[in-house]
Amino acid sequence: MAQTVFAPWDDPQAKPLIQFKNVTKRFGDFTAIENLTQDIYEREFFALLGPSGCGKTTLMRMLAGFENTSEGQILIAGQDMANVPPNKRAVNMMFQSYALFPHLSIWENIAFGLKREGKPKDQIAARVDEMLRLTRLEKFAMRKPHQISGGQRQRVALARSLAKAPKLLLLDEPLGALDKKLRQDTQFELMDIQEKTGTTFVIVTHDQEEAMTVSSRVAVMDEGQIIQVATPAQIYEAPNSVYVADFIGDVNIIDGVATPEGDAYHIAWAEGQAPFTAKTATRFSEGQRCYLAIRPEKVGISADRPADMANAVQGQIIDIAYLGNISTYHVKLANGQMMKAQTANTRRLSRRSFTWEDRVWLSWTDTAAVVLEN
Amino acid sequence: MRRFSWFNATSLTLGFAFLYLPMIILIIYSFNASRLVTVWAGFSTQWYGTLLQNQSFLDAAWVTVKVAIASSTIATVLGTMGAYVLVRGGRFMGRTVFSGMIYAPLVMPEVITGLSLLLLFIGIGLDRGIFTIVLAHTTFSMCFVSVVVSSRLVSFDKSLEEAALDLGCSAFDAFRLVTLPIIAPAVISGWLLAFTLSLDDLVIASFTAGPSATTLPIRIFSAVRLGVSPEINALSTIMIAIVTIGVITASILTKRSSLAKQNDEQAAARTS
Repeated sequence: MAQTVFAPWDDPQAKPLIQFKNVTKRFGDFTAIENLTQDIYEREFFALLGPSGCGKTTLMRMLAGFENTSEGQILIAGQDMANVPPNKRAVNMMFQSYALFPHLSIWENIAFGLKREGKPKDQIAARVDEMLRLTRLEKFAMRKPHQISGGQRQRVALARSLAKAPKLLLLDEPLGALDKKLRQDTQFELMDIQEKTGTTFVIVTHDQEEAMTVSSRVAVMDEGQIIQVATPAQIYEAPNSVYVADFIGDVNIIDGVATPEGDAYHIAWAEGQAPFTAKTATRFSEGQRCYLAIRPEKVGISADRPADMANAVQGQIIDIAYLGNISTYHVKLANGQMMKAQTANTRRLSRRSFTWEDRVWLSWTDTAAVVLEN
Repeated sequence: MRRFSWFNATSLTLGFAFLYLPMIILIIYSFNASRLVTVWAGFSTQWYGTLLQNQSFLDAAWVTVKVAIASSTIATVLGTMGAYVLVRGGRFMGRTVFSGMIYAPLVMPEVITGLSLLLLFIGIGLDRGIFTIVLAHTTFSMCFVSVVVSSRLVSFDKSLEEAALDLGCSAFDAFRLVTLPIIAPAVISGWLLAFTLSLDDLVIASFTAGPSATTLPIRIFSAVRLGVSPEINALSTIMIAIVTIGVITASILTKRSSLAKQNDEQAAARTS
């Protein structure tokens, strides 16, 4: 049975909820966002991912209305947001610091936005109770923010920003202050709540794992520009640049020169070494410089040369990083290049096949690597 | 534990003696039975009695309290507004000049402030009385309020205001419903500071007071010029008592609320 995949960005009929049109934002001499154009669709869980200072927070603050654009337009549901102040936007934001009002109880914090709308008392109470149930905070309704734990505060912040049923919810590093275990639980909770409420979420994060877990699409940003927008799987499997490949996950980058060879390319990477073979959709001309990007988990490690692999290269184990479930082997190739290979530790540690200084073969198929231009 | 050395003991004694010996002598002599301030003639509370019958002192005290309440309230409103604009107003023309100027009265000699106010009041033909003292006290205590409040605003998490805006508040509502309740302790201590400054101001008040209104410090000062009477000692003792009670109450309240907060946070950590 065919399942309908949620992918409005592939549908030319779909109307985007948010449109950035040639948006530029300058702070004095510093350009935070440069000529950025991007659509975000309804019900999406859109992640803005990038190192600090890449402009992702600025982009979000422009959506919330705390910053104006220097040039270009931002449209939400077709309406130009240029002169709409934050309090007149159907957009709510969950702040990195949570920004809970310390002088109000949890109940009053959640009711704050509803009261500003001037709704009748019983409707406000019903909505607040619904939010408390959704975020499992019923027991804490009458406490003050400093009387609950960090994870609970995070849920209050979420409940408060969802209470007005915004068209768009902005999340600024929402899980940054939580410890790893709680963060993982909360990620699934967020996805669950996003699905239940049908709200469009835009999340800002520098944690690539978080972006991969929760989002429908990830935008990888660098220096005020979006480098690539794609689903988490596409971003990981088919990065469009060395920057994206390197930013998301772990990767081996091999610098080489391409030569077309049938439906594949031969990539010469070191003198006196057999070239690697890789299949790619990108066209390269004879002798063009290219970069081979291979994920460590796609590199096999063995004592003898495997017969059926398109690429095999010998090296020496320099280092082993043992992470419990997996181990990463750092292998030095003949030309001095370091390569990482990852294997699942399916056997007990004492029965591990390789150790330091061992000479091993690294191998991968002709489709395992991505060939990149820049 | 470190031994409490003779050096520590000496410096402690000397320091406290320096601070409190004059006041202790004043308190002791307020219970002196003799009319001569420096001759001890047995214990008596008679000067407290005569003080209560001295109408001119009571009038002056009442004027002082009225002036202090009015001027510190106006100064708190103006000072808070000024602090808010200077901290939150963003960049605007002349901001640096303004923020420098608001602190100028802090370092201005009181004689100059008093004199210039006097000249202004004469210039615009304002009759001197309670009203002019209130204006003068507001002028010089406003900047103290604004210093206290702006130091609180600087450490105030700006995202709280943004959250209020985000949830549908106008800028004024955000200030009224979120900022003001949170900075309230600073505003209150600013008010208290302005109140005390106004209570014990002599110089500026003596420039701006008229024949119709005399504040307590002016009254005491003019009385003392004719010779220190035990009545003044009694009055000063009462003022010391009021201040002491105020300070002790304030510190107990602060201590209690910080203890309660600590307990709450520990409880929260346990339930997480």
